This record gives sequence, structure tokens and C-alpha cells, in this order.
Amino acid sequence: MTLSVRIIACLDVTDGRVVKGVNFTNLVDAGDPVEMAALYGVEGADELTFLDISASVVGRETTLDVVRRTAEQVFIPLTVGGGIRSVADVDRLLRAGADKVSINTAAIARPELIAEIADRFGSQVLVLSVDARRARTDSGFEVTTHGGREGSDIDALAWVEKACALGVGEILLNSMDADGTRAGYDIGMIKAVREVSKVPLIASGGAGTLADFSAALDAGADALLAASVFHFGIHRIGDVKQYLRSHNYPVRAVASK
Amino acid sequence: MIAILDYGSGNLRSAERAFAITGEEVVVTSDYKTAVEANGLVVPGVGAFAACMQGLLAINGDSIIRERIAQERPVLGICIGMQILFATGTEHGKHSGVGIWDSEVSLLDAPILPHMGWNTVEPDSSSDLFKGLESESFYFVHSYAAKTAVGKKQTWTTHGQKFLSAVEDGYVSATQFHPEKSGDAGLTLIKNWVSTL
Repeated sequence: MTLSVRIIACLDVTDGRVVKGVNFTNLVDAGDPVEMAALYGVEGADELTFLDISASVVGRETTLDVVRRTAEQVFIPLTVGGGIRSVADVDRLLRAGADKVSINTAAIARPELIAEIADRFGSQVLVLSVDARRARTDSGFEVTTHGGREGSDIDALAWVEKACALGVGEILLNSMDADGTRAGYDIGMIKAVREVSKVPLIASGGAGTLADFSAALDAGADALLAASVFHFGIHRIGDVKQYLRSHNYPVRAVASK
Repeated sequence: MIAILDYGSGNLRSAERAFAITGEEVVVTSDYKTAVEANGLVVPGVGAFAACMQGLLAINGDSIIRERIAQERPVLGICIGMQILFATGTEHGKHSGVGIWDSEVSLLDAPILPHMGWNTVEPDSSSDLFKGLESESFYFVHSYAAKTAVGKKQTWTTHGQKFLSAVEDGYVSATQFHPEKSGDAGLTLIKNWVSTL
């Protein structure tokens, strides 16, 4: 009788296609987000995240269609992030079939957006995505913008505390230092954020070995998000779950088909 | 036909699709007569207790639910759709619910909230909803829950403390989790409910 740790597969989507390299067998079309979402669902992903990196209005409209088609055939929770600036943007995504949205840049620019979304749709729909790196702020962790390329001088722990008070339901903590390195999650950062936040914490950035996943859980993460290790087939979701189960972490069993 | 009650609460598309998988005709409606006369009525719900009650009252949803129960027509509440069947909810102040069950929905006492993710269940041994699903997990996302037994058959889950994760009470059933987001286990639960209609 324990809440399972969640394994979340993340897909970067632009103009209706999955980008970043994918190296997947058994797929007719490796770039179709709906097909990949369905496959990850079968493989035992506990949640799916689409990060919409479209630069155009047309691209975002296409993402809405992808969300619609995914929600019609994949019956696990779907979070969509990227480019969300208003309550109206959230409304459109939820109506299309997203269960949660993640916000980042727009909330940094205008923190009241957090309260506006939480008041209208409830905290449970709102994931705060925090792209943080080690820097000389009070806590030693700084919020970055533009995919980690630009600093903000905002202290990451102070920002998490403020966002929780405004009503976010979950924190997605991306380590910009660890992202893409496959050298492990930033354990110190996870521990620090866990201490100031009572909402669920998703660790992201740096997953490489199977032991990296359990280390993030030991540091206080409730859920683990990964992209490239799954896309490139370095680990299957089932392998991660089997590893965690054998080390006595609670994971959701998925019936084999 | 299964009616999914549209009272302005969140995304109904997944629920519509999940119930349609059973082969039943599914309509999303706020029409009084359609909702009362459907073989099964699903009361979904996402958001805060008071806001959901306000939306429900605006379409006379409380009367729809009571009339259906009086006519022995099945109702299934999901998440907030379960919570509003209770007498009171304490989210953002004390608010009245539909009052099918005379007890309260209150904040869970747990270190991490919302209770978000897949958790196991302890169903009543004679449960119809959980037939074949006793060892499965379901997807929860909530901070408030009912903690005292109501109805004929109770299913319990623990997050910080024990709470009611499902109730089966004659023609009224309810789940605190989202079966429409609980993968194959959720779809089986939906089929189990539909088979009782």
C-alpha cells in the first residue's frame, strides 16, 4: 500500500513531430508523437510529457491536434508544456485532452499566472518546470531561461517556495548542468528542492545508468523523467522499473501483452 | 447509452473515449432529460469542490443525481465527481455537497500533497468494480478525501492516512482515482461498471 514512483517519458514535439534523435524499433514512423506515446504507454510509462518547442502559431495548433489524438488512444496522464502564457492557453490544452500543463518562462515573467491557473483549474493541473543550474545565488542554484542558456539571477529555492505558495501542484526540476550528460541527476539540487517543497517533485536531466534513477529517489524525488535514454533505447522503461522493483522501490506493474 | 455529465468541469474527452471502448454509445451532455434517462451516468470532475458544486447546481445536476437514484439508475462519480456526493467538503472553506452520503471530505494528512500518481487499492471482497483488479494500481490526483466508511462496499487506499478510494452503494458508485487515466486496469474497471448497467 504505497504510492508508486512514477517513470515519465518526455517527448519534444515541434510542428506535430517528435524531434531530438529517436532510435526506436517496432515503430512505423519514429517521428510520430501519437505512435510513440502509445508505445511508451504499452511499455509501462506512468505518465507522458510533451514539450512543445514549436516556434510558430501553426506549430502550436498542430500540437493541439497531437494532444487530441493522443488522449483518444492513450489512457495514462499526459502533461503538455511549452509556450503557455495564459489561462486561455491552458484551457485549450485541457480541452484538447491534456491532464496537466507545465509552465516555465511565462511564470518567471509574471508569477501571478500561477495563481490564475490554479484558481481556475486547480493546483493539480499545474506543473512548474524549473530549469536550474549551479550558480552563485543564495542557495547556490539559479533559475535559467531559454533552455539554460541565460541566467535570471533568481534563486531557484526561493522561486520554488514562492511558486508553491502561489499554487503549483508539482515541480519538474531540470538540471541544466546535468541535462544531456547521462552522468546522473543533480542529487544535491534534488535534496535542496525537496527540503523547501511539499508538492510532488519530478527529477529531470542527467539520467544515464539504472543506479541514477534510484539515487534521485533516495534524494527525495517522487517521479523520474527521462527522454534520451528511452528514445535511444539505452534503457527500456520496463528495465528501469525492474531495477527499481528489485531494489525495493514501489513501482507500478504493467501486465505483459 | 452512457451519459457523461458536462457541468463545465475539465476535460471530458478522455472519459468519453474510455467509456466508448466498452462498445456502448456515449454522449457528453448537460441536458436534464438525457442525463436522467441514460442507462448509466458518469459524473466526472476536475477542480475545487466549491467550483464543481457551483457548476453542478447550475445545470440542476444535484436533482439529476437524486432522481436517477430514486429511479434505480446507476451513477458513477469520478474524483471530484465522487467528493461532491458527500454532505460536505472542506476545500477552501466548508461547502455543501449533494449529500448522498452523510459525511465529510477533508484534507489528507500526508507529507506530500497532492496525492499524485499510481497507488494500490484494498477492495471489498465482494466488489463488482474491482473484479479481477485486486492487485492493480490506479491513477490518483487529489489532496482531499473521505475517511469514514459510507455505502455498502468500501475500497481503501493509504497516502499518509487511510481514505476511501471507492464506494459501491447500490445504484451509486464512485472512485477517487481516475479510471479513464489508469491504463488497462482503469479500462477494465469501466467495463466492470458498464456490465452492471
